[in-house]
Amino acid sequence: MGAPGEFNLAALARYGNDFLAEVEERVEEGEWVKMCMQCGVCAGSCPFGPDWEHSPQKIFMMIRAGKRDEVLASDSMWMCTSCYNCVVRCPRKLPITQIMHGLAAYAHRLGLAPKMQPTRRWSLLFWDNCTKTGRVNELKLTLGLYFMDGIVAGFKQAWTLRNIGLGMLLAKRLNPFELIRGHECKDKAGIHRMLKKAAEIEARKRGFAKP
Amino acid sequence: MAKKEYAFYPGCSSQLRGSASNYLTSVNTMCETLDVKMTPIPDWNCCGASISYAGAGELSRHVMNARNFALSETHLPGQDVVATCAACWLGAKETKQKLDASSQLMAETNEALKEAGLQYQGRTEVRHMVEVLIEDIGYEGMAQPVVKPLEGVKIAGYVGCQTNRPFGIAGESFENPLYLDKLVETLGAEPLTKYEQKVTCCGGALAFSEPEKSQKQIKDIVESAYDHGADVIVTPCPLCQANVEIYQSEINRRHGTKLDMPVVYYSQLMAVAYGATPKAAGLDGHIIKPKKLQEIAVKVVPVDLDQRTRRPRGENH
Ligand code: SF4
Ligand code: SF4
Ligand code: SF4
Ligand code: SF4
Repeated sequence: MGAPGEFNLAALARYGNDFLAEVEERVEEGEWVKMCMQCGVCAGSCPFGPDWEHSPQKIFMMIRAGKRDEVLASDSMWMCTSCYNCVVRCPRKLPITQIMHGLAAYAHRLGLAPKMQPTRRWSLLFWDNCTKTGRVNELKLTLGLYFMDGIVAGFKQAWTLRNIGLGMLLAKRLNPFELIRGHECKDKAGIHRMLKKAAEIEARKRGFAKP
Repeated sequence: MAKKEYAFYPGCSSQLRGSASNYLTSVNTMCETLDVKMTPIPDWNCCGASISYAGAGELSRHVMNARNFALSETHLPGQDVVATCAACWLGAKETKQKLDASSQLMAETNEALKEAGLQYQGRTEVRHMVEVLIEDIGYEGMAQPVVKPLEGVKIAGYVGCQTNRPFGIAGESFENPLYLDKLVETLGAEPLTKYEQKVTCCGGALAFSEPEKSQKQIKDIVESAYDHGADVIVTPCPLCQANVEIYQSEINRRHGTKLDMPVVYYSQLMAVAYGATPKAAGLDGHIIKPKKLQEIAVKVVPVDLDQRTRRPRGENH
């Protein structure tokens, strides 16, 4: 997916104030939002519930009310742990988890997502890590996470969690050599070509700017 | 009994010296005993898991999964794809469902796969290792090779989220799935059926980005196991295992608690009950040592190990 901000603004203009239409066309599973009957069941389902400023139910209501900036700049969708509590309870069978991820990803694409949101950065780090070689490199992922806030914070974080890292090493569950050479797919190049194509198709389909 | 064969999708965390490498070790041991052959999909790739959404986009995610499907169709035709990681399983199943339902998505996926010289025909079935055990082997089949019943071990069955929702295991409820308890019973241990944190989310991938919030979840999960007198927690999910085990020391540091509860995989319980050494059961891969299981694993039982493979199996095998 493209860098934040990289976007075809002309294509956006045609939605005017119709944020629901924009979500339906551009957000993964966005066409489901109108099916929500505001029963409130999902609102009590999230493990990090108290930390959601707006519950999924509220977010769906805000989308219909055209509160575009408020929704896309919200921290709430980034609180989703992909636990699927909501999905199995929703009487209308909305794929709520995917819509939350879809909204978060869309906000990120537009450059409207909160910059320092830790899950946003973690998510990007993860995708980058796993697509580079086709497989996750857990050591680089861990280090990348520690050093997300810069070098000093990174050492502090690594120091705080040193017992965990050390324990994992001793338990042979973290491989120090992954730094040099980790697990990878043989056909890395094919994977990269395939993903580039996928991004192109998705951009074409949803009217995004070229990746 | 004919050997059962599956296309194995191990997932990144199960690789050699990965965070769940002891899961893989115990799965291999368990499968050997059960005469199940798991052939890794040649050059399989990571699925991206749920957490990669901000970077991934919809089609890329499906394409990553479809690449594994295409490879398994080509190299291991007719075999179900079996995942041991809940997140891999969920991601793959989601893709399969989406592609089955939309010929447009299927065409787009194949357009991208072509860049890697692959094509997906849509024939792959995706299953979790637990489904293979319950549906293809059966509880009776799982009980037969037991040489060391896990007598006196009290076990809290922690199912977590992604093995349970949104797909779950056929015939089980989302609120109170019973298969882990049944499995524990099958192996001769005592399931703590009243354990109320069974399907609580541990925070999943957000354990890394939102550590405090996740550790609150994990604290509940572990403390409830203590309340019910558990010796060990068992789980089917590598991320649950890692989260619930390794953050206990952090929680102790922050909250002054004394949590020290071992967390193991179902496959480790099975390997031990089937007479595996601590190493073959992956028991050496823990930060919090599963002492009770180690004791059983090192115990020598007066049993002719050859005999058990010659024993007649259930009718459906
Ligand atoms: S999947 Fe996300 S939105 Fe649904 S209940 Fe869990 S945290 Fe909330
Ligand atoms: S549970 Fe479903 S219908 Fe009810 S408020 Fe949530 S999304 Fe809407
Ligand atoms: S779910 Fe995790 S372990 Fe499984 S393939 Fe995806 S990233 Fe790798
Ligand atoms: S319990 Fe945690 S790790 Fe396990 S599936 Fe749920 S979120 Fe993932």
